[in-house]
Amino acid sequence: MLANAFITLGCLAAAPAQDKTIAWVGARLLPVSGPAIDDGVLLVQGGKIRGIGKAADVRVPADATVIDARGRVVMPGIVCTHSHIGGTAGADGSAPIQPDVRVFDSINVRDSGFKRALAGGLTTLNLMPGSGHLLSGQTVYVKLRAANTIEELWYRDERGQAMGGVKMANGTNSIRTKGPWPGTRGKSAALVRAAYVSAREYGRKKLAAKDDSSKLPPYDLRLETLLDVLEKRKVVHHHTHRHDDIVTVLRIAKEFDFRVVLHHVSEGWKVLDEIRAAGVPCSVILLDSPGGKLEAVDMQMGTAAAMEQKGIPVAFHTDDYITDSRYFLRMAAFGVRAGMSRDGALRALTLTGAEILDLADRVGSLEVGKDADFAILDGDPFSIYTKVVETWVEGKLVFDRTRPEDLLYAVGGPGATHDQSPYFCCFGASRQDAQDQAEQRAR
Amino acid sequence: MRTSIWPTLSFFVLAGSVPLLSSATAQLVVRAKVVHTASSTPIEDGVVVVRDGKIVAVGRRADVAIPDGYRVLEAAVLTPGLIDAHSVVGLAGILNNEREDQEQLERSQPVQPELRAIDAYNARDPLVAWLREFGVTTIHTGHAPGELVSGQTCIVKTVGNSVEDAVLQRVAMIAVTLADSARKSGDAAPGTRAKMMSLLRQELIAAREYAKKAEQEGEKRNDRDLRKEALVEVLDKKIPLLVTAHKTTDIANALRLAEEFDIRIVLDGAAEGYLLTERIQKAGVPVIVHPTMVRAVGDLANASFTTAAKLADAGILVAMQSGFESYVPKTRVVLFEAGMAAANGLGFDRALRAITIDAAKLLGIADRVGSIEVGKDADLVLFDADPFEYTSHVTHVVIDGKVVSDKKR
Repeated sequence: MLANAFITLGCLAAAPAQDKTIAWVGARLLPVSGPAIDDGVLLVQGGKIRGIGKAADVRVPADATVIDARGRVVMPGIVCTHSHIGGTAGADGSAPIQPDVRVFDSINVRDSGFKRALAGGLTTLNLMPGSGHLLSGQTVYVKLRAANTIEELWYRDERGQAMGGVKMANGTNSIRTKGPWPGTRGKSAALVRAAYVSAREYGRKKLAAKDDSSKLPPYDLRLETLLDVLEKRKVVHHHTHRHDDIVTVLRIAKEFDFRVVLHHVSEGWKVLDEIRAAGVPCSVILLDSPGGKLEAVDMQMGTAAAMEQKGIPVAFHTDDYITDSRYFLRMAAFGVRAGMSRDGALRALTLTGAEILDLADRVGSLEVGKDADFAILDGDPFSIYTKVVETWVEGKLVFDRTRPEDLLYAVGGPGATHDQSPYFCCFGASRQDAQDQAEQRAR
Repeated sequence: MRTSIWPTLSFFVLAGSVPLLSSATAQLVVRAKVVHTASSTPIEDGVVVVRDGKIVAVGRRADVAIPDGYRVLEAAVLTPGLIDAHSVVGLAGILNNEREDQEQLERSQPVQPELRAIDAYNARDPLVAWLREFGVTTIHTGHAPGELVSGQTCIVKTVGNSVEDAVLQRVAMIAVTLADSARKSGDAAPGTRAKMMSLLRQELIAAREYAKKAEQEGEKRNDRDLRKEALVEVLDKKIPLLVTAHKTTDIANALRLAEEFDIRIVLDGAAEGYLLTERIQKAGVPVIVHPTMVRAVGDLANASFTTAAKLADAGILVAMQSGFESYVPKTRVVLFEAGMAAANGLGFDRALRAITIDAAKLLGIADRVGSIEVGKDADLVLFDADPFEYTSHVTHVVIDGKVVSDKKR
């Protein structure tokens, strides 16, 4: 198969990844959208979930490949709402607000980090530029298919465009002392507001011009992106730690009526009512200790639990490489340790993340019609002794712990941080061949 | 081997030998479904009796009398106080602000063995409390990796308002870095690994000459040199060098150095140690393994979750550490690092030992801490389930017989 042909297929959501039905039988299924199913059956065909339920309720087609999955736990592919895998580099040092910059122009799809993410059961990531700017560029939502180019990884919207949000930050990370940079929080907010005021004007001019191209303002990459935010086509993913910075984000989001997700939210536990009232979801990170900078000194393990109890939609993120995607499950387990419900913690790793990324119609739960993205575990997802044994994306096996080359990425060792080998290469074997062999082994 | 169960009579025998503690010390009994003593097989339905800060009885509930008037705590699982075999907590503070609280690395010279950890340790840094609440009762802390010889380390308990309150050992080791982080750029030395070894050898040779001269001149000596004195302690085998080395080249360099100068070393990190297990084992060198979840970058690119297991399998004495992070998490927690190692080949028992008795042996403090045995300091951690499970909690932490935390963590 030619690379080009494959890319084309990748664009079509319904493209048959495999035609024959595969049935996992006997596993404990954690659909997230509903209660756990013991002794369940999961049917996958054409890259989609075709059936899920108790063994008695799901008919397995006669020609299906049946996999005995007793003793296994199957959960949706994990969604990370904030990751830096692949050498994500957005804005440069020239300005604090750079909405024109697209992170996907910087990503190395062979970065070993993607393999580690699969080893952790992750299948969907929001790849973001860093937090050293008020606005550091456009993010990209990717699906961890086997790929040689970023085009094969990203999610496409109904217009066929790469999906993603916009990364913003406040607090100390984006404060500098020179040039066009803000030196204070007040200046930070003023610069952001000025940028959105300009975009609003730009939008008005475009609207006023109607179909008369002579009246259109000059096309501006920066303002176009901000307009995407103002017109709610892109979500703002906002790095923020301190309670007052969080409230500043809410204030500006309200003023310009844009959709925002609060990220990190270390002091979110201090302003729960304000976050709840704003109806804004949060993406939280839990670290093994607080600190590292003043605004993260009050980070608490119980933040996600407190948000859940308050009714605030809460997801987790790895911030990889701040935490390693291989033990993302651990973060949710720590949420449970600090008082979160187990169901809530599982949802925070999957469906809520998918909702935050506007992808809940495709991924985030095990439901008929959704993409067949899932992780197969050998035990309770919140146990330290549990391993992710396989990860599947769109009905294809993309991580298999029994394969030595996959195990290397899962546990580390010599060469584990080198780039992955190309999927297509020079020696005749196609990705599909490799895939077929892997699936053969899995049975 | 069974834990020796002391009869009630021994309270009186031992009481006299216990140093006087403040009257606030509660006399304490801890009952647990399982007592992991770390020195012998676990005791089901066990009891530990604490008096005046020391453990005075350990055994099955049926065999140990619980004295009247003692405070009784219940736990599902009881372990010894946890030991972090290499940390920078107390020197590298929570703020991570160079002007405020970063005392772990003095950059003015590459070799400064005279820098004392006790002059820099802040017993009241919030991270000390953070570790304590997760059951870490003893830390080996001090100058960080990042200079060829960055300074001394000390051993403290995670209590007290000053280092004097906390200190268990004032000088534990001298921190040496044989890794990329000790490499200088531009014209400064050391700029290469060979230069690192050359500088280090020259320092040890100079210290040896100094010691010889001091012995000859005795009291008349008038050229006292703190830097050389510190290294003489190493040459005299009173303290080891703590050598941070990850790559096989650096580990081999460390072993060669130890052999040349007939000094004790402890390997720190050893991300590629699994490639040299035979040599490390043969040299009798213990290893404080890198945090299991350390970032696999730079010298640590080949780090593995299984490093600790592979070293332990080879018969090498292994302890666990929180290590040093220049950003976040500002400190790791050895409980979690050991748990991850336990789940990756080390297994429960060896992982627990790596943060209790084996760490104590490696640090030379096993007479005081590291296991639940009669006569040892009453440093205990109470859990509501398997200590290594993510969703378990520490319910109480006891140091020197005092309940220092009852937060459910």
